[in-house]
Amino acid sequence: MTRKQKRLALIGGIGVVLALAVGLILTALRDQIVFFRSPTEVVQGKVKPGDSFRLGGLVEKGSVNKESGQIVRFVVTDGANAVKVTFTGLLPDLFREGQGVVAEGKLDPAGQFTASNVLAKHDENYMPREVADSLKKQGVWRDDAGSKGAKP
Amino acid sequence: MIVELGHFALVMALVVALFQASVPLWGALRQDDVLLRLAPRAAILQFILVAMAFSALTWAFLTSDFSVANVFQNSHSLKPLIYKWSGVWGNHEGSMLLWVLILALFGAAVAVSSGHLPEDMLGVTLAVQAMVAAAFIAFLVFASNPFLRILAAPFEGQGLNPVLQDPGLAIHPPLLYLGYVGFSIVFSFAAAALILGRVDAAFARMVRPWTLAAWIVLTLGIAMGSYWAYYELGWGGYWFWDPVENASLMPWLTGTALLHSAIVMEKREALKTWTILLAIVTFSLSLLGTFLVRSGVLTSVHAFAVDPERGLFILAILIAFIGGSLFLFAMRASAMDGGGLFAPISREGALVFNNLFLSVAALAVFIGTLYPLLLEALTGAKISVGAPFFNLTAVPLMIPLFIAIPIGQKLAWKRGNLAGAVQRIWWALALALTLTAGVNFMIGGGPVLALAAIALGLYLVFGALDELVDRASRGGASMVSARLRAIPRSVYAMVIAHAGAGIMVLGLAGTAFEQERIVAVKPGQTITLGGYLLTFKGISNQPGPNYLATAARFELRDGATLVAELVPAKRVYIGRQMPTSETARYRHGFSEVYLAIGEVQDDTSVDLRAYNKPFVLFIWLGPLIMGIGGMLSLSDRRLRVGAPRQAQRAKPQGAAA
Repeated sequence: MTRKQKRLALIGGIGVVLALAVGLILTALRDQIVFFRSPTEVVQGKVKPGDSFRLGGLVEKGSVNKESGQIVRFVVTDGANAVKVTFTGLLPDLFREGQGVVAEGKLDPAGQFTASNVLAKHDENYMPREVADSLKKQGVWRDDAGSKGAKP
Repeated sequence: MIVELGHFALVMALVVALFQASVPLWGALRQDDVLLRLAPRAAILQFILVAMAFSALTWAFLTSDFSVANVFQNSHSLKPLIYKWSGVWGNHEGSMLLWVLILALFGAAVAVSSGHLPEDMLGVTLAVQAMVAAAFIAFLVFASNPFLRILAAPFEGQGLNPVLQDPGLAIHPPLLYLGYVGFSIVFSFAAAALILGRVDAAFARMVRPWTLAAWIVLTLGIAMGSYWAYYELGWGGYWFWDPVENASLMPWLTGTALLHSAIVMEKREALKTWTILLAIVTFSLSLLGTFLVRSGVLTSVHAFAVDPERGLFILAILIAFIGGSLFLFAMRASAMDGGGLFAPISREGALVFNNLFLSVAALAVFIGTLYPLLLEALTGAKISVGAPFFNLTAVPLMIPLFIAIPIGQKLAWKRGNLAGAVQRIWWALALALTLTAGVNFMIGGGPVLALAAIALGLYLVFGALDELVDRASRGGASMVSARLRAIPRSVYAMVIAHAGAGIMVLGLAGTAFEQERIVAVKPGQTITLGGYLLTFKGISNQPGPNYLATAARFELRDGATLVAELVPAKRVYIGRQMPTSETARYRHGFSEVYLAIGEVQDDTSVDLRAYNKPFVLFIWLGPLIMGIGGMLSLSDRRLRVGAPRQAQRAKPQGAAA
């Protein structure tokens, strides 16, 4: 092969791999991303039943109900609206009533949310940013949740 | 008083760093050796000052001086000594101070060990290193000062986040930072080579030990963090594609690419532009990682005490260094000649293939990590890009790379023979497939993808070993040991590192065969778990030094014999009222039985999460072996003996800037 051909073969090969990779990335971005929704958005009908999404808000006080077979029912609220959630499995260590939570799952046609995953937090002061933002939007944000780690 | 001395030392370190960042550059411009020679001394002085500051903060933590705000917020007098000590970097300010300490350490290490380098190269490299150091010390002094006092000193501290109260904290962040920051020196070398216009094989030799060292600790740091998450978080996962994990994976991917492209540059003077770009990109990704971890712009399980305003400061540093270095690169790139020529099918070609796939995988991780930020900024929509995205992009991109590794090893420089190379390693593939078929028969059929992964892992291990088999068998049976001894250490290093990758793939394949039981158990109840019998004996309360534990006792039996007593627990830490899980694990071979408990119900029964994880330890053993391969390469005689000779040869070229 001449110098030019070698260079062309190399650049061609790189181009093919790059195109494939970009294709993979774009397909995955279209199909595999999960939107974050607040209870208000769910009640307003922004989510179709069967779509996977992340529901975030506060666990309503007094709403957690543990049943046999490790089924847990609780209500996620953003102050204005609330969505009922069912989850089967072990809850993360820091799951508590009145605290922020993010649950991943789907809505059933009755408007109930079946969570496949309830996300854990590492720190009791830490509020998922999406939850904080949506609580601020609903005017129920109190800054005490995040203030402990700041200056005394 | 000691705290004030530390504060003062930090401010002095800033002054020294500013001096070190400017004077040697002036010296290089004027070709003044006296000014250039100040750089190594300044680097050592800067390190001493930062070390003094770090020691002062450590002292404040060890003596529980709660008049220091940082100690008050992150420590507690009841905490065991090791956590008082590791708590120094278990918080934002302290971890940034550690970052700066390591930055200064690398600068000083170059200053001490690189006396043989041309004076202008060393001076300019240290000047660039000092620019980075000055930016981050300024960030510490002005935006996140760890030495601030509280006027009325509280009697007791708020305690360290309980999740961080684990020996893992003593090792994981320093290792990771050593890796991240280690690439700073490679960046500084690259910037110096660009400034001085001396991008050649000597440059590749100079940066190789530093790239290797940074790569080794980053590899071990990531593996360590993954293992820590596995045993500490209690859900048995080892990698969550969390933004902060991705932030460490990106520089690892490009750093691995750099390690390989530097070989081509060193041996064949090719890929010069690309290698320099990789050096810049790798450290830029390290900076990006620091920004992501420290600014809290991304929702992450690693979000301990973050502050968006500080994020802006780091973002400004990030933009200045990435922008500045890429500008410098753009100015100089056209002046670099193409270097050695090679056919697409050759060792160089194989290494280009490696670089291509590693970089594209890094790109996929980059997009997946930052796309949510971008989309939210543009449309306000909040999304999360989770494991499914990465499993569909970065993971498939690794497969062609893994397939190519053993073949690439067999290709000759300049022009290789693909059919010949494949022919020489066919036995590795055949043996891997045979063994996989055997495994499939023994376990009575498994998922196809998992079996393919087993075959791939075995093929990688055998393919790597082929290099030794091949070289040793050339001279007949009597020559084997002599031949094995004659193989250069760098070849052993390559074989070991590549086999390590194969072992990790085997560990990942093993996860497809794990058994999981999530049940509520009552005392006396027995469940089965992957051939074992697990009996729940009961619950007891055990006080710890600074926590209360609820421990559940289990007996693990293999048939009738008791093999282990496992006691997973739940801890509630005094001071923070925060529960954490303590897992209990039983190791058999490279596999583990893994127990974590949830809540206790009716005072007797407990929610149990139990796994049997076959060959799970391979996931971390693999990277450990890769790291050992790296260390062997670092100790190669060629590297120690060769470097000075190269540098002297480079010297007469003079400053061509």
